[in-house]
Amino acid sequence: MRLTGSEIIMECLLREGVHVMFGYPGGAILPTYDAMAKYDDRLHHVLVRHEQGASHMADGYARATGEVGVCIATSGPGATNLVTGLATAMMDSSPIVAITGQVPIPAIGSDAFQETDVTGVTLPITKHNYLVTDVDELAYTMKEAFHIARSGRPGPVLVDVPKDIQNAVTEFIYPEGPIILPGYDPPASADKYEIDAALRLIDRAERPIILAGHGIMMSGAMQEVRELAERAQIPVALTLLGKGALPEDHPLVIGMMGMHGEASSNLAIQEADLLIALGMRFDDRVTGNLKTYAVNARKIHIDIDRSEINKNVRADVGIAGDLKTVLNQLLPKLESKSHHDWIHQIRDWLEDSSERDILNHETPGVLLTAQVINDIWRLTGGDAITVTDVGQHQMLEAQYYPHQRPSTLLTSGGLGTMGFGFPAAIGAKFGMPDEEIWAIVGDGGFQMTLCELATARQENVNVNIAIINNHFLGMVRQWQELFFEKRYQATPMVNPDFCKLADAYDIPNRRVTQRDEIEDAVAFARSIDGPTLIEFVVEKEEMVYPMVPAGADLHDMKRRPKPGEQ
Amino acid sequence: MAQQATANKVTVVALVENEPGVLNRIASLFRRRAFNIDSLTVGRTHKPDISRMTIRVDAGPEYARKIANNLQKLVNVIDVRVIDNEPHIERDLALIKVRNDDAHSRNTLTEICDRYPARIVDVGPHVAIIEMVGTETFVEKFIDEVRPIGIVEMIRTGVVSMGRGTRIHDTSVTRRGLARATLQASAARNGRIV
Repeated sequence: MRLTGSEIIMECLLREGVHVMFGYPGGAILPTYDAMAKYDDRLHHVLVRHEQGASHMADGYARATGEVGVCIATSGPGATNLVTGLATAMMDSSPIVAITGQVPIPAIGSDAFQETDVTGVTLPITKHNYLVTDVDELAYTMKEAFHIARSGRPGPVLVDVPKDIQNAVTEFIYPEGPIILPGYDPPASADKYEIDAALRLIDRAERPIILAGHGIMMSGAMQEVRELAERAQIPVALTLLGKGALPEDHPLVIGMMGMHGEASSNLAIQEADLLIALGMRFDDRVTGNLKTYAVNARKIHIDIDRSEINKNVRADVGIAGDLKTVLNQLLPKLESKSHHDWIHQIRDWLEDSSERDILNHETPGVLLTAQVINDIWRLTGGDAITVTDVGQHQMLEAQYYPHQRPSTLLTSGGLGTMGFGFPAAIGAKFGMPDEEIWAIVGDGGFQMTLCELATARQENVNVNIAIINNHFLGMVRQWQELFFEKRYQATPMVNPDFCKLADAYDIPNRRVTQRDEIEDAVAFARSIDGPTLIEFVVEKEEMVYPMVPAGADLHDMKRRPKPGEQ
Repeated sequence: MAQQATANKVTVVALVENEPGVLNRIASLFRRRAFNIDSLTVGRTHKPDISRMTIRVDAGPEYARKIANNLQKLVNVIDVRVIDNEPHIERDLALIKVRNDDAHSRNTLTEICDRYPARIVDVGPHVAIIEMVGTETFVEKFIDEVRPIGIVEMIRTGVVSMGRGTRIHDTSVTRRGLARATLQASAARNGRIV
């Protein structure tokens, strides 16, 4: 079968099981867009309003489904607009394949119209990237790109395809069989002595704690982690991206750790004599000051990326391997344990926290973000996929929307990308059409990518947008209040009328200013098959507690105030 | 001649695919992770598709392992090894242009070169070029002796290393080779010849 390069791209996408791609056309990618028409019945193209949106949609799709998300852009500005999305996916190990047009090969290096060295630009923010220079290598390159994106520690892969390669005609041969790369062999299982060493540490520990990360879900090791925790009676603290790894109502789950984690989790980490870090990478938002971090604890660190082990925290037992495989090696030899005193101690800390809980305060007359999010949790039965943006509302989501199922909180953790939430929610809906999707976004971040309202309308995507509007860049304002003597430089926002804006895009909307209006508004959003927008006008100067100031010791938290303290 | 590594210096050896942009990927990695590199040499091997790098790091073996682990993540890097304690041969080559315009300089230069594995490879009326090969420390010792004569120009290749005894890493396959083989097999299965 003789096909053009463009058709080969489509054929390869179909063979990878892709049925939707997010993109924006332009000169250098036009042949590929032209070929799309023939594949329209099997490959749906979503026209975004800005390429950054396409990259976040592919990311949201990937995070929700675990499959590779695909985005397409033209050369030059189209490709550079993908950069933020690629960097976001890189930091959070999200598998996406980005296809970009490039100027024809003879023009490369001549500063041609819309030419950018895209493989050069994206080199440090992709897992791997390609510039295809021979149409006969295109099919193999596509297959390799998907293989690299989804295997090992997943990540974004970019394939840059010059226009003449898209137009070139060749005999299409799809490479059958597995991809083998001599320099690419993600670690799988642990050595026996590593398992034995880990078991010895677990057996000796009196105050162990599991640090549950994103890798648990990427590896599909939820059941194994649960078995480890239950059989050895080990409390589980979650990272932000680890939320959902175990149901949050599980008695051993003690909540999120880190900068805005629960006091009980952070105290438990500092008091522990063994950390069992599973599929997490000791980010600075998780550890605080490394010099004082869990100084009394031995550390077992299991991660698929060998370079993460001993990067920030020294591991006594460091195992590079696939978590599910490694835990299945470990579990048959794991003996039952109990840690009554330790669990009791943590429960005391938890009780102290609940007295400080904002939900237990009387706050007449003001609408608080925590209440809004907790009400959304209650009204959605705690079962929606929530996609957040970045800032105060993101941390409060993590604190007040407990997740029971894996991959139901999608959020930009590592890069902290404002503008991620809304487009990622659209992508998630395409991946999970039967799930209820809520984009919980701040007024600042939403305005970075709100042009995708048009995409949501054009595609009639059933995403509910909850704008938490405090007329501030809230988290920056919080730092200014705490560390810059309330000098609110460049954080107050004069916002558009979000409801009028939604009207302009023909999107049903409501504004909520009182707590007793929340229930109606959420019911309204849920009743509509298509995009909706609810603006929650909340208290302007809310704080997110607990908080470990950047670089401070993890136990040095600013606690939630008790009633009457604030 | 001393063969052990210079104090506090560790060597990382990497086999990489000889493809466009690979050096760029590696340089980018070093910059991005703020790895401090003492010297880096790249050269071809006996296999046309594979290049070999020797990276000298002014740090402990733990740091070198960090570099190795990150290098190994690059798809085009086939294998990485930290050569620290294992017996190995290392060589550095220096071309040194020195003043040569009076009898005293000429005599001193000849006398020093006799005591080292150094050769005078070019002689002119004013300057001479010397080629010196040896371990990094040995080359440095030689340079120290020559310095009083008056060094005009100098270039060093940086250290290249090889483990002793059995070969430590190699590959008989490359990405392109595998790609070609897979495509040919797929085509043959479909009754076509490429």
